[in-house]
Amino acid sequence: MLSVRDLAVSFQTRNGEVRAVRGITLELGKGEILGIVGESGSGKSVTSYALMRILDAGGSITAGEVTYSGIDLRRAAERDMRDIRGREISMIFQNPRAALNPIRKVGHQIEDVLRQHGRATRADARQKAIEALKAVRIKDAEARYDAYPFELSGGMCQRVVCAIALACDPRLLIADEPTTGLDITTQKAVMDLVRDLIRDRGMSSILITHDLGLAAQYCDRIVVMKDGRIVEQGDPVQIFSAPQHAYTRKLVDATPREGESIRSLLPPDERHPTLPHKVHNRPLIEVKDLTKTYQGKSGPVHAVRGISFRVDQGQSVGLVGESGCGKSTTSEILVRLLDPTSGAVLFDGHDIAGIPARRFVRDTRRKDIQMVFQDATDSLNPRHSARQSIAEPLRRLAGMRGAKLTARVEELAVLVGLPLALLDRFPHQLSGGQKARVGIARAVALEPRFLILDEPTAALDVSIQALVLNLLVDLRAKLGLSYLFVSHDLHVVRLLCDYVIVMKDGQIVEEGPADRIMRNPTHPYTQELLDAAPKPPARRVAAE
Amino acid sequence: MTDAPLPRTQGTWAHLVYVLRANPVTLLAFGMFAFLIFCAVFGPAVVPYDPLATNAAKSLQPPSWEHWFGTDQIGRDVFSRVIVATRLDLMISVAAVALSFVVGSILGAVAGYWGGWLDSVLNRFLDTIMAFPLFVLAMGIVAALGNTIENIIYATAIINTPFYARLVRAEVNIRRNAGFAQAAKLCGNSDLRVLAFHIFPNALPPMMVQVSLNLGWAILNAAGLSFIGLGVRPPTPEWGIMVAEGANFIVSGEWWLAVFPGLWLMLAVFTFNLLGDGLRDIVDPRKRT
Repeated sequence: MLSVRDLAVSFQTRNGEVRAVRGITLELGKGEILGIVGESGSGKSVTSYALMRILDAGGSITAGEVTYSGIDLRRAAERDMRDIRGREISMIFQNPRAALNPIRKVGHQIEDVLRQHGRATRADARQKAIEALKAVRIKDAEARYDAYPFELSGGMCQRVVCAIALACDPRLLIADEPTTGLDITTQKAVMDLVRDLIRDRGMSSILITHDLGLAAQYCDRIVVMKDGRIVEQGDPVQIFSAPQHAYTRKLVDATPREGESIRSLLPPDERHPTLPHKVHNRPLIEVKDLTKTYQGKSGPVHAVRGISFRVDQGQSVGLVGESGCGKSTTSEILVRLLDPTSGAVLFDGHDIAGIPARRFVRDTRRKDIQMVFQDATDSLNPRHSARQSIAEPLRRLAGMRGAKLTARVEELAVLVGLPLALLDRFPHQLSGGQKARVGIARAVALEPRFLILDEPTAALDVSIQALVLNLLVDLRAKLGLSYLFVSHDLHVVRLLCDYVIVMKDGQIVEEGPADRIMRNPTHPYTQELLDAAPKPPARRVAAE
Repeated sequence: MTDAPLPRTQGTWAHLVYVLRANPVTLLAFGMFAFLIFCAVFGPAVVPYDPLATNAAKSLQPPSWEHWFGTDQIGRDVFSRVIVATRLDLMISVAAVALSFVVGSILGAVAGYWGGWLDSVLNRFLDTIMAFPLFVLAMGIVAALGNTIENIIYATAIINTPFYARLVRAEVNIRRNAGFAQAAKLCGNSDLRVLAFHIFPNALPPMMVQVSLNLGWAILNAAGLSFIGLGVRPPTPEWGIMVAEGANFIVSGEWWLAVFPGLWLMLAVFTFNLLGDGLRDIVDPRKRT
């Protein structure tokens, strides 16, 4: 149905030509779901843009053939392409909120597509748009027709984007990271929906994702891309059980699975034995009846509703929940960036919640409680080099200057595995993993006693995530740190944490030792979280 | 990670050279700017005639090899006067823009960072200033405060301040809760330090565009005030006065008196307008590779 032969795409940039896709060959059969898996920069998204001929300025197809049902897409006139997009081939984009026009009602946006392709007239457009909303299982579709994108949740927005993509009954659907940024239960709901719709309508689909586990669960066949080339293709079970290419093996290893240890995420030759960390039976942090209420436009919003827990010296506690559960608010209060509405936070037995966040900056305990932020890019000052960012806490809180400061910064860079040559680079000149390392180096610079990790790997590729998680394990043993690991992914939390707390709607629904929670969760919500995570096929250890 | 062979990164100088080479317009703008600076610094030393010396025998002569831009009604060399005036005009505009940059940045940064009633009060105040026809407001200020060069600077600064305050407020506001601002607090920076050393510098790139456009406006504004008789007084050489005086002679055919200072004024404003994008690229570290 779709055949791609030796496709190559290049971009003209300030540093010369960048070859994003270097000759890939693909076949997609009727009714087939093909997964294109690769990490950032592998050229997987560019491939799909090239198929649709929607490359950014400066990008062009330099070689190859793209044939869709006998039509040469590379040479088709722009007028014909406009007809093909939406009616024959349509696309679901990464960020559903950005893909929808924020100031138009979602119903009107569906009507636009229908009328553009002559599928509806002024008279019946509304009715057809409501049908399209019903098709993607949006409850109360008549009322949702008049909603604006900002009034809908992320999952709901992605459903609307699906409705738009499917409104004209295309025969090929390209989904580019359709669930990135969505909660894990929402991800499951959206992916199940997309799969059912594709099956019911007999469509073909290309699912582009960085998550090998997700692709394995929903695709008939998987193509693994690296640096603009296809390194391996095959059916999911084969890819997982007997990966041929070294890169595929690395990806398979790095995908967190049940029953594997944190070291097994790394390639076999890098699996040093884990250093043990000691947990003392002495509380470092005790949270008592913590609440936080914001004044919203429509009444008070209870972000955190009276939670209590403790973190022992040397212990790693996982705080798990989906967006809006209050986990970020809790971590911001603990790190003293935010003042609670009520409740106490005892650090070493002394309440620190009573000191306003504004004054805690000058408290002697400031250096003992630090944080690694969720988005490494956002958490580094764009105008500061890596060296300046790491030096900041040392200069401000330890008063270090000159040669001593330089030595300490370089020592920290070595500790987190950041090449010294990169220290004078600005954040935009560093890769995601390197930025994460800078953020971690800054957080541990003053040897804090309590470190909050706010989804430190959420924005990273799986192979980088594997490296960063292992770095955190090593640091914990070397520096005797206590962690509060905030995340939405139980499978990642389990790897690092001794104890897990599950939060929902500002309350703790379940807590216990990590192994126990993973093996027999008692609360239905924990069960739901565990079920929603993609389950990659088990890896058969090849007899080598 | 595993990227062993590191591409070299650019230093500030290499980046400057890149920005100038990549965009010929920027190169032209910087060349013209250098020329204006040269005129301002060395003008009085290099001009062929004393800009104030009168010579009744040579009044109202058209442009010639001896007097490139001709002479005026009392025999002063127009070329010398135009070049010498550069210093005064640049000084007025740079001082005015610097003043509005500083005041506007402080007001805008405070309003954008802390928000609340402070923000509301400040915004309404700025709205009030902007509700006046700006040139008329400047005229009023100069007329009320007295006819001096300092007062032209103050008046020009006051009418330009709201633009800076608005811009800085918006830029600071979107970064108020950015990760790097939070991280800076964890590093022991007080709110004021976070604002001044972490958030504000990130607002500089768009500010540079504003600064250079504003320099152009400020020159026009100062010349405009002088043209209508406020501010700089004759016989001091100044582009606005020269155009105003020259305007009386256009009818009788002595076009060079008004055209050359006007042309120079246009050249200066044009230079500053072109300069903006280049300046922004230079102060933005993200433009480096």
